[in-house]
Amino acid sequence: MQLTLEFGGGLELLCDSVKIHNINVDPQDGEKQMTMKNLLTWVRTNLIKERPEMFMKGDSVRPGVLVLVNDTDWELSGQLETVLEEKDNVVFISTLHGG
Amino acid sequence: MEKAAKPRGRLCTLCNEKRAALKRPKTLEQICRECFYAVFEDEIHRVIVDNQLFKPGERIAIGASGGKDSTVLAYVMSELNRRHNYGLDLFLLSVDEGITGYRDDSLETVKRNELQYGLPLKVVSYSELYGWTMDEIVKLIGLKNNCTFCGVFRRQALDRGSALLKVDKLVTGHNADDIAETVLLNILRGDIARLSRCASIITGEDGPIPRCKPFKYTYEKEIVMYAYFKKLDYFSTECIYSPNAYRGFAREFIKDLERIRPRAILDIIRSGEDFRISTSTKMPEQGNCERCGYISSQKWCKACVLLEGLNRGLPKLGIGRSRDLDNKRNTNMRQANGTQNLQSKQCGSLDF
Repeated sequence: MQLTLEFGGGLELLCDSVKIHNINVDPQDGEKQMTMKNLLTWVRTNLIKERPEMFMKGDSVRPGVLVLVNDTDWELSGQLETVLEEKDNVVFISTLHGG
Repeated sequence: MEKAAKPRGRLCTLCNEKRAALKRPKTLEQICRECFYAVFEDEIHRVIVDNQLFKPGERIAIGASGGKDSTVLAYVMSELNRRHNYGLDLFLLSVDEGITGYRDDSLETVKRNELQYGLPLKVVSYSELYGWTMDEIVKLIGLKNNCTFCGVFRRQALDRGSALLKVDKLVTGHNADDIAETVLLNILRGDIARLSRCASIITGEDGPIPRCKPFKYTYEKEIVMYAYFKKLDYFSTECIYSPNAYRGFAREFIKDLERIRPRAILDIIRSGEDFRISTSTKMPEQGNCERCGYISSQKWCKACVLLEGLNRGLPKLGIGRSRDLDNKRNTNMRQANGTQNLQSKQCGSLDF
């Protein structure tokens, strides 16, 4: 499945200062769907190069990191349970840097 | 983004026409982008009107760091000023602390904002005001207490810049999350003097340049969402010198609370507002610094004490409660100053 991920608000610094990542990812064996929960695990393993605690806390994003799926707040689509589809766009923005 | 949103999710609870784009932390309403812009801007307008923050004809400086809060503040202030005929003359005021790789980059953002919003920009620098850049200070004192220097110097720099611009007031981008965090920090530190004023929307009315916080009730999440949807140009790198440990804990705690119950942020601000200091508590009296004339409750203002330390090669003057070798010097200084213990305060970028 092809997805576009975008990191902003300082989170790009955790992945080699690259803001936009076009990725190819598939559901783990046994699972039919790709959820945000699966995606976060994948991102943490494959994209985050340093200080993963700035991005995640437990199995979700760290409080203060906003997530938008196709430009819609993930709080409206079920957060970790949000099911992703081909060519979805996922944005992560930290609110924790600077003012 | 090139792709249209998929037909999923609910309709906006306000207009019932468009698809909801976010959940408001304050009200838990699910609203679309257009309704969000309207309620976001309108709430700030209400705060400005209800608290009588400005009078027609006033000159107002917007403290601009290039970060998300001040960028959104500059945008919204110029928008509201036009829309509601506030009759204000707006300016951007930035402080150049002299931090290579951080402030030089964020100042570029402010310079773009100057053109984008058509607001004249004034930059005041630590090197011209104090003869020291933060790079030089850190070289001398290391990464401990550097935020104290920066915070004290910035506060005064903003006042001096405001005086140069001849403005009547200074507005800052402190948001609801920042204020809740500061209320908590001041309770934890037992800092009664700051606790009683940190939740006020206007401070320093007795001083030369009052400061106010139009975003006092605006959630950080909404500020960032607004900047994202409107594609505002802001800078978001953490200061390279800020360890920010203590404030960091308070911030994380606030964010954890927000996830459980977003209203908690407003409740903490309310607690701060309702705090009453018993009349028998002795509060410091406000006077003027004998050296530079800046407002101070001591003989010398804190910036002058810190500067004196830097220039004499004793950079620990005026820092915290040292019980080490500097104790004797501090005692001497205290007598010379008539000062009690000057408290060190982590990361001053949020000074109130």
